[in-house]
Amino acid sequence: MTTVTWTSDEIMTVTAARSLEDGMSCFVGIGLPSTAANVARRTHAPGLWMIYESGTLGTVPHHLPLSIGDGILTDTADTVVSVPEVFNYWLQAGRIDVGFLGAAQLDRYANINTTVIGDYEDPKVRLPGAGGAPEIAASCREVIVIMRHSSRAFVDRVDFVTSVGHGRGKGDRERLGLRGAGPTRVITDLGVLEPDPETSELVLTGVHPGVEVEQVVEATGWDLRIADDLVRTPAPTDGELSVVRSLTGAR
Amino acid sequence: MVLPLDEAVRTLIRDGDTVALEGFTHLIPVAAGHEIIRQGLRDLTLVRMTPDIVYDQLIGAGCARKLVFSWGGNPGVGSLHRFRDAVTHSWPVPLEVEEHSHAGMANRYVAGASGLPFAILRGYSGTDLVGSNPNISTVTCPFTGQEVAAVPAVNPDVTVVHAQRADHDGNVQLWGITGIQKEAALAAERVLVTVEEVVDTLEPVPGQVLLPGRVVDAVSVVPGGAAPSYAHGYYERDNSAYKEWDRIGRDREAFTSWLDELTATPGARPERSGETTPDPAGSTS
Repeated sequence: MTTVTWTSDEIMTVTAARSLEDGMSCFVGIGLPSTAANVARRTHAPGLWMIYESGTLGTVPHHLPLSIGDGILTDTADTVVSVPEVFNYWLQAGRIDVGFLGAAQLDRYANINTTVIGDYEDPKVRLPGAGGAPEIAASCREVIVIMRHSSRAFVDRVDFVTSVGHGRGKGDRERLGLRGAGPTRVITDLGVLEPDPETSELVLTGVHPGVEVEQVVEATGWDLRIADDLVRTPAPTDGELSVVRSLTGAR
Repeated sequence: MVLPLDEAVRTLIRDGDTVALEGFTHLIPVAAGHEIIRQGLRDLTLVRMTPDIVYDQLIGAGCARKLVFSWGGNPGVGSLHRFRDAVTHSWPVPLEVEEHSHAGMANRYVAGASGLPFAILRGYSGTDLVGSNPNISTVTCPFTGQEVAAVPAVNPDVTVVHAQRADHDGNVQLWGITGIQKEAALAAERVLVTVEEVVDTLEPVPGQVLLPGRVVDAVSVVPGGAAPSYAHGYYERDNSAYKEWDRIGRDREAFTSWLDELTATPGARPERSGETTPDPAGSTS
Protein backbone atom coordinates (compact mmCIF):
# COMPACT_ATOMS: atom_id res chain seq x y z
CA MET A 1 0.00 0.00 0.00
CA THR A 2 1.38 3.39 -0.96
CA THR A 3 1.58 6.12 1.62
CA VAL A 4 0.88 9.36 -0.16
CA THR A 5 3.01 12.12 1.30
CA TRP A 6 2.34 14.68 -1.41
CA THR A 7 -0.52 16.83 -2.67
CA SER A 8 -2.18 16.41 -6.05
CA ASP A 9 -0.49 19.60 -7.25
CA GLU A 10 2.87 18.18 -6.22
CA ILE A 11 2.51 14.88 -8.08
CA MET A 12 1.33 16.78 -11.19
CA THR A 13 4.25 19.16 -10.93
CA VAL A 14 6.85 16.43 -10.44
CA THR A 15 5.43 14.28 -13.25
CA ALA A 16 5.46 17.27 -15.58
CA ALA A 17 8.98 18.25 -14.57
CA ARG A 18 10.20 14.74 -15.41
CA SER A 19 8.77 15.12 -18.92
CA LEU A 20 11.29 17.87 -19.66
CA GLU A 21 14.76 17.04 -20.89
CA ASP A 22 17.92 18.98 -20.25
CA GLY A 23 18.66 21.46 -23.00
CA MET A 24 15.10 21.70 -24.27
CA SER A 25 13.50 25.03 -25.05
CA CYS A 26 10.24 25.33 -23.18
CA PHE A 27 7.36 27.80 -23.54
CA VAL A 28 6.11 28.25 -20.00
CA GLY A 29 2.75 29.43 -18.71
CA ILE A 30 1.91 30.57 -15.20
CA GLY A 31 0.79 28.15 -12.51
CA LEU A 32 1.76 24.49 -12.46
CA PRO A 33 3.67 24.67 -15.77
CA SER A 34 5.91 27.39 -14.37
CA THR A 35 6.49 25.44 -11.18
CA ALA A 36 7.21 22.25 -13.14
CA ALA A 37 9.70 23.90 -15.47
CA ASN A 38 11.51 25.51 -12.57
CA VAL A 39 11.62 22.17 -10.70
CA ALA A 40 13.10 20.50 -13.78
CA ARG A 41 15.72 23.22 -14.06
CA ARG A 42 16.69 22.72 -10.41
CA THR A 43 16.88 18.91 -10.68
CA HIS A 44 17.66 16.92 -13.81
CA ALA A 45 17.49 19.65 -16.47
CA PRO A 46 19.73 22.59 -15.46
CA GLY A 47 20.03 23.61 -19.12
CA LEU A 48 16.27 23.96 -19.70
CA TRP A 49 15.74 27.14 -21.73
CA MET A 50 12.58 28.78 -20.47
CA ILE A 51 10.57 31.29 -22.45
CA TYR A 52 7.66 33.22 -21.02
CA GLU A 53 5.31 34.79 -23.55
CA SER A 54 6.02 38.28 -22.26
CA GLY A 55 9.24 38.01 -24.28
CA THR A 56 11.73 36.86 -21.67
CA LEU A 57 14.04 34.29 -23.30
CA GLY A 58 16.27 32.01 -21.28
CA THR A 59 15.05 33.32 -17.96
CA VAL A 60 16.22 31.74 -14.67
CA PRO A 61 14.03 33.23 -11.93
CA HIS A 62 15.12 32.50 -8.36
CA HIS A 63 11.52 32.51 -7.19
CA LEU A 64 8.26 31.76 -8.95
CA PRO A 65 6.61 34.69 -10.73
CA LEU A 66 2.89 35.35 -10.17
CA SER A 67 2.42 36.56 -13.74
CA ILE A 68 4.12 35.86 -17.06
CA GLY A 69 5.61 39.34 -17.01
CA ASP A 70 7.02 39.76 -13.52
CA GLY A 71 10.21 41.78 -13.18
CA ILE A 72 12.14 38.77 -11.92
CA LEU A 73 11.82 37.20 -15.39
CA THR A 74 13.37 40.23 -17.06
CA ASP A 75 16.23 40.58 -14.60
CA THR A 76 17.42 37.00 -15.15
CA ALA A 77 16.73 36.55 -18.88
CA ASP A 78 19.32 36.07 -21.62
CA THR A 79 17.35 38.68 -23.54
CA VAL A 80 13.94 40.29 -23.55
CA VAL A 81 12.20 40.59 -26.92
CA SER A 82 8.98 42.24 -28.06
CA VAL A 83 5.72 40.34 -28.22
CA PRO A 84 5.65 40.09 -32.04
CA GLU A 85 9.20 38.72 -31.92
CA VAL A 86 8.44 36.00 -29.38
CA PHE A 87 5.42 34.81 -31.34
CA ASN A 88 6.79 35.25 -34.87
CA TYR A 89 10.53 34.59 -34.66
CA TRP A 90 10.52 32.03 -31.87
CA LEU A 91 7.21 30.20 -31.68
CA GLN A 92 5.94 30.41 -35.27
CA ALA A 93 9.38 29.68 -36.70
CA GLY A 94 9.43 26.34 -34.88
CA ARG A 95 12.22 27.07 -32.39
CA ILE A 96 10.41 25.80 -29.29
CA ASP A 97 10.62 22.14 -28.25
CA VAL A 98 7.84 21.91 -25.76
CA GLY A 99 4.88 24.01 -24.72
CA PHE A 100 2.87 23.62 -21.55
CA LEU A 101 -0.85 24.31 -21.64
CA GLY A 102 -3.73 24.14 -19.24
CA ALA A 103 -7.41 23.87 -20.14
CA ALA A 104 -10.87 24.40 -18.71
CA GLN A 105 -12.09 21.55 -20.93
CA LEU A 106 -10.18 18.88 -22.81
CA ASP A 107 -11.69 16.28 -25.09
CA ARG A 108 -10.82 12.73 -26.13
CA TYR A 109 -8.60 14.04 -28.92
CA ALA A 110 -6.88 16.52 -26.61
CA ASN A 111 -8.53 19.59 -28.10
CA ILE A 112 -8.42 22.47 -25.64
CA ASN A 113 -11.10 24.92 -24.56
CA THR A 114 -10.21 28.06 -22.63
CA THR A 115 -12.86 30.31 -24.20
CA VAL A 116 -16.42 29.57 -23.01
CA ILE A 117 -18.44 26.89 -21.27
CA GLY A 118 -21.71 26.54 -23.14
CA ASP A 119 -22.72 28.29 -26.34
CA TYR A 120 -20.30 30.91 -27.65
CA GLU A 121 -23.00 33.52 -28.27
CA ASP A 122 -24.69 32.90 -24.92
CA PRO A 123 -22.08 31.36 -22.66
CA LYS A 124 -22.71 29.83 -19.25
CA VAL A 125 -19.19 30.78 -18.22
CA ARG A 126 -16.94 33.24 -19.99
CA LEU A 127 -13.29 32.15 -19.66
CA PRO A 128 -10.17 34.28 -20.34
CA GLY A 129 -9.81 33.14 -23.96
CA ALA A 130 -7.00 32.04 -26.24
CA GLY A 131 -3.90 33.98 -25.25
CA GLY A 132 -0.87 32.32 -26.75
CA ALA A 133 -2.34 28.83 -26.66
CA PRO A 134 -3.57 28.28 -30.26
CA GLU A 135 -0.14 28.91 -31.73
CA ILE A 136 1.68 27.13 -28.89
CA ALA A 137 -0.49 24.09 -29.64
CA ALA A 138 0.21 24.49 -33.37
CA SER A 139 3.91 25.23 -33.47
CA CYS A 140 5.78 23.77 -30.49
CA ARG A 141 7.39 20.46 -31.38
CA GLU A 142 5.23 18.91 -28.69
CA VAL A 143 2.73 20.01 -26.09
CA ILE A 144 2.18 18.85 -22.53
CA VAL A 145 -1.22 19.57 -21.01
CA ILE A 146 -1.55 19.88 -17.24
CA MET A 147 -5.00 19.93 -15.65
CA ARG A 148 -7.10 18.42 -12.90
CA HIS A 149 -9.14 15.36 -13.72
CA SER A 150 -12.94 15.62 -13.54
CA SER A 151 -15.75 14.43 -15.76
CA ARG A 152 -16.79 18.07 -16.25
CA ALA A 153 -13.37 19.00 -17.59
CA PHE A 154 -12.58 15.77 -19.50
CA VAL A 155 -15.40 15.75 -22.02
CA ASP A 156 -16.19 13.87 -25.19
CA ARG A 157 -16.21 17.11 -27.20
CA VAL A 158 -15.15 20.53 -25.98
CA ASP A 159 -17.73 23.33 -26.18
CA PHE A 160 -15.22 25.48 -28.11
CA VAL A 161 -11.95 24.50 -29.77
CA THR A 162 -9.61 27.26 -28.62
CA SER A 163 -6.48 25.27 -29.43
CA VAL A 164 -6.26 22.20 -31.61
CA GLY A 165 -5.02 18.95 -30.12
CA HIS A 166 -5.59 16.10 -32.53
CA GLY A 167 -8.77 17.40 -34.20
CA ARG A 168 -11.12 14.48 -34.72
CA GLY A 169 -8.37 11.92 -34.95
CA LYS A 170 -5.24 10.71 -36.67
CA GLY A 171 -4.10 12.80 -39.62
CA ASP A 172 -6.12 15.91 -38.76
CA ARG A 173 -3.10 17.90 -37.65
CA GLU A 174 -1.36 17.31 -40.96
CA ARG A 175 -4.53 18.22 -42.86
CA LEU A 176 -4.77 21.47 -40.89
CA GLY A 177 -1.14 22.33 -41.61
CA LEU A 178 -0.11 22.20 -37.93
CA ARG A 179 3.57 21.47 -37.81
CA GLY A 180 4.17 20.35 -34.23
CA ALA A 181 3.21 16.96 -32.87
CA GLY A 182 0.49 18.44 -30.67
CA PRO A 183 -0.30 17.16 -27.17
CA THR A 184 1.89 14.15 -26.45
CA ARG A 185 1.04 13.88 -22.74
CA VAL A 186 -1.80 14.99 -20.51
CA ILE A 187 -0.78 15.06 -16.88
CA THR A 188 -3.53 15.14 -14.27
CA ASP A 189 -3.83 14.71 -10.53
CA LEU A 190 -4.75 11.06 -11.15
CA GLY A 191 -2.44 9.91 -13.91
CA VAL A 192 -1.13 10.37 -17.42
CA LEU A 193 -3.00 10.17 -20.74
CA GLU A 194 -1.30 9.88 -24.11
CA PRO A 195 -2.63 9.79 -27.66
CA ASP A 196 -2.97 6.33 -29.18
CA PRO A 197 -0.43 6.10 -32.03
CA GLU A 198 -3.09 4.66 -34.39
CA THR A 199 -6.09 6.87 -33.62
CA SER A 200 -4.74 9.86 -31.62
CA GLU A 201 -7.46 9.24 -29.02
CA LEU A 202 -6.24 9.84 -25.48
CA VAL A 203 -5.73 6.61 -23.53
CA LEU A 204 -4.69 6.12 -19.94
CA THR A 205 -1.02 5.15 -19.90
CA GLY A 206 -0.13 5.87 -16.28
CA VAL A 207 -1.72 6.17 -12.86
CA HIS A 208 -0.21 7.94 -9.90
CA PRO A 209 0.66 6.03 -6.70
CA GLY A 210 -2.41 5.46 -4.55
CA VAL A 211 -4.82 6.00 -7.49
CA GLU A 212 -7.06 3.20 -8.83
CA VAL A 213 -7.77 2.93 -12.55
CA GLU A 214 -11.49 2.97 -11.79
CA GLN A 215 -11.16 6.44 -10.25
CA VAL A 216 -9.64 7.77 -13.46
CA VAL A 217 -12.34 6.17 -15.60
CA GLU A 218 -15.05 7.72 -13.42
CA ALA A 219 -13.43 11.14 -13.63
CA THR A 220 -13.35 11.03 -17.44
CA GLY A 221 -16.37 12.13 -19.46
CA TRP A 222 -15.82 9.63 -22.27
CA ASP A 223 -15.34 5.89 -22.33
CA LEU A 224 -11.65 6.01 -21.42
CA ARG A 225 -9.46 3.25 -22.83
CA ILE A 226 -6.66 1.81 -20.73
CA ALA A 227 -3.27 1.13 -22.33
CA ASP A 228 -2.10 -2.50 -22.30
CA ASP A 229 1.21 -1.40 -20.86
CA LEU A 230 -0.24 0.86 -18.16
CA VAL A 231 2.44 2.00 -15.75
CA ARG A 232 2.35 3.35 -12.25
CA THR A 233 4.00 6.77 -11.86
CA PRO A 234 7.12 6.44 -9.71
CA ALA A 235 6.50 8.21 -6.42
CA PRO A 236 8.02 11.67 -6.10
CA THR A 237 11.39 11.49 -4.36
CA ASP A 238 12.11 13.42 -1.21
CA GLY A 239 14.55 15.49 -3.25
CA GLU A 240 11.91 16.39 -5.85
CA LEU A 241 9.36 17.24 -3.20
CA SER A 242 11.75 19.46 -1.32
CA VAL A 243 12.51 21.41 -4.51
CA VAL A 244 8.79 21.81 -5.26
CA ARG A 245 8.11 22.97 -1.71
CA SER A 246 11.03 25.38 -1.69
CA LEU A 247 9.49 27.04 -4.76
CA THR A 248 5.85 27.06 -3.69
CA GLY A 249 6.53 27.89 -0.07
CA ALA A 250 4.66 24.77 1.12
CA ARG A 251 6.05 22.63 3.91
CA MET B 1 3.24 68.37 -25.43
CA VAL B 2 3.47 67.83 -21.65
CA LEU B 3 -0.11 68.09 -20.39
CA PRO B 4 -1.91 67.24 -17.18
CA LEU B 5 -3.49 63.82 -17.53
CA ASP B 6 -7.08 65.00 -17.37
CA GLU B 7 -6.44 67.56 -20.11
CA ALA B 8 -4.59 65.01 -22.26
CA VAL B 9 -7.43 62.51 -22.00
CA ARG B 10 -10.02 65.21 -22.73
CA THR B 11 -8.05 66.46 -25.72
CA LEU B 12 -7.20 63.13 -27.30
CA ILE B 13 -10.02 60.68 -26.52
CA ARG B 14 -13.63 61.04 -27.60
CA ASP B 15 -16.77 59.01 -27.10
CA GLY B 16 -16.94 56.20 -29.64
CA ASP B 17 -13.18 56.06 -30.24
CA THR B 18 -11.18 52.89 -30.66
CA VAL B 19 -8.67 53.05 -27.82
CA ALA B 20 -5.78 50.73 -27.01
CA LEU B 21 -4.26 50.98 -23.54
CA GLU B 22 -1.40 48.57 -24.01
CA GLY B 23 1.08 46.92 -21.69
CA PHE B 24 1.99 43.27 -21.37
CA THR B 25 1.85 42.80 -17.59
CA HIS B 26 4.44 45.58 -17.26
CA LEU B 27 3.86 49.36 -17.60
CA ILE B 28 0.09 49.14 -17.81
CA PRO B 29 -1.42 52.63 -18.15
CA VAL B 30 -3.75 52.25 -15.18
CA ALA B 31 -3.95 55.92 -14.17
CA ALA B 32 -4.96 56.88 -17.71
CA GLY B 33 -7.66 54.20 -17.63
CA HIS B 34 -8.96 55.63 -14.39
CA GLU B 35 -9.07 59.11 -15.92
CA ILE B 36 -11.14 57.72 -18.80
CA ILE B 37 -13.56 56.36 -16.22
CA ARG B 38 -13.66 59.68 -14.35
CA GLN B 39 -14.43 61.58 -17.51
CA GLY B 40 -17.28 59.21 -18.23
CA LEU B 41 -16.26 58.38 -21.78
CA ARG B 42 -18.72 56.09 -23.53
CA ASP B 43 -19.09 53.65 -26.44
CA LEU B 44 -15.37 53.01 -26.66
CA THR B 45 -14.01 50.08 -28.59
CA LEU B 46 -11.27 48.94 -26.26
CA VAL B 47 -8.38 47.05 -27.80
CA ARG B 48 -5.75 45.16 -25.88
CA MET B 49 -3.98 41.82 -26.08
CA THR B 50 -4.26 41.18 -22.35
CA PRO B 51 -7.14 43.13 -20.83
CA ASP B 52 -6.64 42.84 -17.10
CA ILE B 53 -8.01 44.65 -14.10
CA VAL B 54 -8.01 48.19 -15.52
CA TYR B 55 -10.07 46.92 -18.47
CA ASP B 56 -12.36 45.11 -16.01
CA GLN B 57 -12.81 48.51 -14.35
CA LEU B 58 -13.46 50.34 -17.63
CA ILE B 59 -15.97 47.66 -18.64
CA GLY B 60 -17.67 47.67 -15.25
CA ALA B 61 -17.91 51.46 -15.40
CA GLY B 62 -19.77 51.21 -18.69
CA CYS B 63 -17.14 52.91 -20.86
CA ALA B 64 -16.89 50.17 -23.48
CA ARG B 65 -19.18 49.06 -26.26
CA LYS B 66 -16.78 46.49 -27.64
CA LEU B 67 -13.65 44.67 -26.55
CA VAL B 68 -11.05 43.44 -29.03
CA PHE B 69 -8.60 41.15 -27.26
CA SER B 70 -6.76 37.86 -27.02
CA TRP B 71 -6.67 37.01 -23.29
CA GLY B 72 -8.93 38.60 -20.72
CA GLY B 73 -8.03 37.65 -17.18
CA ASN B 74 -6.48 38.64 -13.90
CA PRO B 75 -2.91 37.38 -14.45
CA GLY B 76 -1.92 34.77 -11.92
CA VAL B 77 -5.26 35.09 -10.13
CA GLY B 78 -8.20 34.09 -12.33
CA SER B 79 -11.07 35.59 -14.27
CA LEU B 80 -12.27 39.15 -14.75
CA HIS B 81 -15.70 39.25 -13.20
CA ARG B 82 -16.88 42.63 -14.55
CA PHE B 83 -15.94 41.38 -18.03
CA ARG B 84 -17.83 38.14 -17.38
CA ASP B 85 -20.85 40.02 -16.09
CA ALA B 86 -20.89 42.27 -19.15
CA VAL B 87 -20.65 39.34 -21.55
CA THR B 88 -23.12 37.05 -19.83
CA HIS B 89 -25.57 39.59 -18.31
CA SER B 90 -24.96 42.81 -20.29
CA TRP B 91 -24.14 44.60 -17.02
CA PRO B 92 -23.90 47.56 -16.89
CA VAL B 93 -24.19 47.67 -20.71
CA PRO B 94 -23.88 44.99 -23.39
CA LEU B 95 -20.32 44.25 -24.48
CA GLU B 96 -19.52 43.00 -27.95
CA VAL B 97 -16.37 40.91 -28.11
CA GLU B 98 -13.95 40.23 -30.94
CA GLU B 99 -11.33 37.75 -29.93
CA HIS B 100 -8.06 36.62 -31.36
CA SER B 101 -4.99 34.75 -30.23
CA HIS B 102 -1.94 36.66 -28.97
CA ALA B 103 -0.10 35.91 -32.21
CA GLY B 104 -3.05 37.25 -34.20
CA MET B 105 -3.33 40.46 -32.17
CA ALA B 106 0.42 41.03 -32.23
CA ASN B 107 0.45 40.79 -36.01
CA ARG B 108 -2.61 43.03 -36.33
CA TYR B 109 -0.64 45.75 -34.53
CA VAL B 110 2.44 45.09 -36.70
CA ALA B 111 0.31 45.55 -39.83
CA GLY B 112 -1.23 48.68 -38.33
CA ALA B 113 2.17 50.15 -37.55
CA SER B 114 3.43 49.17 -41.01
CA GLY B 115 0.64 50.83 -42.96
CA LEU B 116 -0.50 47.48 -44.33
CA PRO B 117 -4.14 46.41 -44.66
CA PHE B 118 -3.63 43.02 -43.08
CA ALA B 119 -1.12 40.65 -41.55
CA ILE B 120 -0.35 37.00 -42.13
CA LEU B 121 0.66 34.33 -39.68
CA ARG B 122 0.65 30.62 -39.13
CA GLY B 123 -2.22 30.35 -36.75
CA TYR B 124 -5.87 29.72 -35.94
CA SER B 125 -6.09 26.69 -38.23
CA GLY B 126 -8.69 24.25 -36.95
CA THR B 127 -9.85 26.42 -34.06
CA ASP B 128 -13.39 27.65 -33.45
CA LEU B 129 -12.03 31.20 -33.32
CA VAL B 130 -12.14 31.06 -37.11
CA GLY B 131 -15.90 30.65 -37.36
CA SER B 132 -16.76 33.00 -34.51
CA ASN B 133 -14.72 35.98 -35.68
CA PRO B 134 -15.12 37.30 -39.26
CA ASN B 135 -11.81 39.14 -38.84
CA ILE B 136 -9.92 35.85 -39.10
CA SER B 137 -9.46 34.55 -42.63
CA THR B 138 -6.87 32.88 -44.82
CA VAL B 139 -4.76 33.89 -47.80
CA THR B 140 -2.73 31.82 -50.22
CA CYS B 141 0.95 32.60 -50.68
CA PRO B 142 1.46 33.64 -54.33
CA PHE B 143 4.94 32.11 -54.36
CA THR B 144 4.51 28.76 -52.64
CA GLY B 145 0.77 28.14 -52.64
CA GLN B 146 0.79 27.71 -48.86
CA GLU B 147 -2.33 28.84 -47.06
CA VAL B 148 -1.76 31.05 -44.04
CA ALA B 149 -4.03 32.93 -41.66
CA ALA B 150 -4.85 36.58 -42.36
CA VAL B 151 -6.07 39.20 -39.91
CA PRO B 152 -6.82 42.88 -40.57
CA ALA B 153 -4.56 45.64 -39.33
CA VAL B 154 -5.65 47.33 -36.14
CA ASN B 155 -5.33 51.12 -36.16
CA PRO B 156 -6.60 52.62 -32.91
CA ASP B 157 -7.83 56.21 -32.86
CA VAL B 158 -5.77 56.54 -29.70
CA THR B 159 -3.09 54.39 -28.13
CA VAL B 160 -2.22 54.99 -24.51
CA VAL B 161 0.96 53.59 -22.96
CA HIS B 162 2.91 54.14 -19.79
CA ALA B 163 6.71 54.55 -19.89
CA GLN B 164 9.49 55.11 -17.43
CA ARG B 165 10.45 58.54 -18.70
CA ALA B 166 10.37 61.19 -21.38
CA ASP B 167 12.41 64.27 -22.18
CA HIS B 168 11.12 67.80 -22.70
CA ASP B 169 10.79 67.20 -26.45
CA GLY B 170 8.38 64.35 -25.83
CA ASN B 171 10.77 61.56 -26.73
CA VAL B 172 9.66 58.58 -24.67
CA GLN B 173 11.83 55.81 -23.29
CA LEU B 174 10.66 52.47 -21.90
CA TRP B 175 12.53 49.30 -21.06
CA GLY B 176 12.15 45.92 -19.41
CA ILE B 177 9.27 43.97 -20.93
CA THR B 178 8.34 46.25 -23.80
CA GLY B 179 5.49 44.08 -25.07
CA ILE B 180 3.55 45.48 -27.99
CA GLN B 181 3.79 49.16 -27.06
CA LYS B 182 5.94 50.29 -30.00
CA GLU B 183 3.61 48.70 -32.54
CA ALA B 184 0.48 49.91 -30.73
CA ALA B 185 1.79 53.47 -30.67
CA LEU B 186 2.87 53.49 -34.32
CA ALA B 187 -0.45 51.97 -35.40
CA ALA B 188 -2.48 54.74 -33.79
CA GLU B 189 -3.78 58.06 -35.03
CA ARG B 190 -3.06 59.75 -31.68
CA VAL B 191 -0.70 58.70 -28.87
CA LEU B 192 -0.89 59.55 -25.18
CA VAL B 193 1.99 58.50 -22.95
CA THR B 194 2.03 58.69 -19.17
CA VAL B 195 5.51 58.64 -17.65
CA GLU B 196 7.10 58.28 -14.26
CA GLU B 197 9.20 61.38 -14.82
CA VAL B 198 10.44 63.92 -17.37
CA VAL B 199 14.22 64.28 -17.51
CA ASP B 200 16.58 66.64 -19.30
CA THR B 201 18.47 63.88 -21.10
CA LEU B 202 17.43 60.31 -21.83
CA GLU B 203 20.42 58.13 -21.02
CA PRO B 204 20.33 54.95 -23.14
CA VAL B 205 19.24 51.76 -21.37
CA PRO B 206 19.86 48.23 -22.74
CA GLY B 207 16.81 46.79 -24.45
CA GLN B 208 15.01 50.12 -24.54
CA VAL B 209 12.23 51.19 -26.84
CA LEU B 210 12.37 54.85 -27.78
CA LEU B 211 9.26 56.50 -29.19
CA PRO B 212 10.36 59.68 -30.96
CA GLY B 213 8.45 62.75 -29.87
CA ARG B 214 7.10 63.24 -33.38
CA VAL B 215 4.77 60.26 -32.93
CA VAL B 216 3.67 61.25 -29.42
CA ASP B 217 0.79 63.73 -29.08
CA ALA B 218 0.84 64.19 -25.32
CA VAL B 219 3.01 63.22 -22.39
CA SER B 220 1.55 63.32 -18.89
CA VAL B 221 3.71 62.97 -15.82
CA VAL B 222 2.01 60.45 -13.56
CA PRO B 223 4.41 58.88 -11.05
CA GLY B 224 3.05 55.47 -10.10
CA GLY B 225 0.74 55.61 -13.11
CA ALA B 226 1.21 51.92 -13.89
CA ALA B 227 0.40 50.66 -10.39
CA PRO B 228 -0.64 48.04 -9.40
CA SER B 229 1.37 46.77 -12.36
CA TYR B 230 5.00 47.78 -12.25
CA ALA B 231 7.53 50.08 -13.81
CA HIS B 232 10.88 48.37 -14.17
CA GLY B 233 13.49 50.28 -12.18
CA TYR B 234 10.84 52.35 -10.36
CA TYR B 235 8.47 50.08 -8.42
CA GLU B 236 7.38 46.46 -8.16
CA ARG B 237 4.16 44.78 -9.15
CA ASP B 238 1.65 44.86 -6.28
CA ASN B 239 0.51 41.26 -6.47
CA SER B 240 -1.78 41.71 -3.48
CA ALA B 241 -3.80 44.33 -5.38
CA TYR B 242 -4.45 41.84 -8.18
CA LYS B 243 -5.64 39.29 -5.63
CA GLU B 244 -7.76 41.91 -3.89
CA TRP B 245 -9.39 42.88 -7.20
CA ASP B 246 -10.82 39.37 -7.41
CA ARG B 247 -12.96 40.10 -4.34
CA ILE B 248 -14.07 43.54 -5.55
CA GLY B 249 -14.66 42.53 -9.13
CA ARG B 250 -16.81 39.55 -8.22
CA ASP B 251 -19.49 41.63 -6.59
CA ARG B 252 -21.52 44.42 -8.22
CA GLU B 253 -21.96 46.26 -4.93
CA ALA B 254 -18.30 46.08 -3.99
CA PHE B 255 -17.42 47.23 -7.49
CA THR B 256 -19.89 50.11 -7.38
CA SER B 257 -18.40 51.30 -4.08
CA TRP B 258 -14.96 51.10 -5.63
CA LEU B 259 -16.18 53.10 -8.62
CA ASP B 260 -17.82 55.77 -6.46
CA GLU B 261 -14.59 56.17 -4.58
CA LEU B 262 -12.55 56.48 -7.78
CA THR B 263 -14.80 59.08 -9.36
CA ALA B 264 -14.89 61.08 -6.12
CA THR B 265 -11.11 61.38 -5.91
CA PRO B 266 -9.31 64.55 -7.02
CA GLY B 267 -8.26 64.65 -10.62
CA ALA B 268 -11.80 64.30 -11.86
CA ARG B 269 -13.15 67.37 -13.64
CA PRO B 270 -16.59 67.99 -12.14
CA GLU B 271 -17.95 69.76 -15.22
CA ARG B 272 -17.65 66.58 -17.17
CA SER B 273 -17.66 63.68 -14.74
CA GLY B 274 -20.46 65.25 -12.73
CA GLU B 275 -22.78 64.95 -15.70
CA THR B 276 -21.77 61.63 -17.04
CA THR B 277 -20.25 59.59 -14.23
CA PRO B 278 -21.77 56.16 -14.63
CA ASP B 279 -24.10 54.91 -11.99
CA PRO B 280 -24.20 51.16 -12.53
CA ALA B 281 -25.91 50.79 -9.17
CA GLY B 282 -28.96 52.33 -10.76
CA SER B 283 -29.21 49.54 -13.28
CA THR B 284 -28.69 46.73 -10.79
CA SER B 285 -31.61 44.41 -10.93
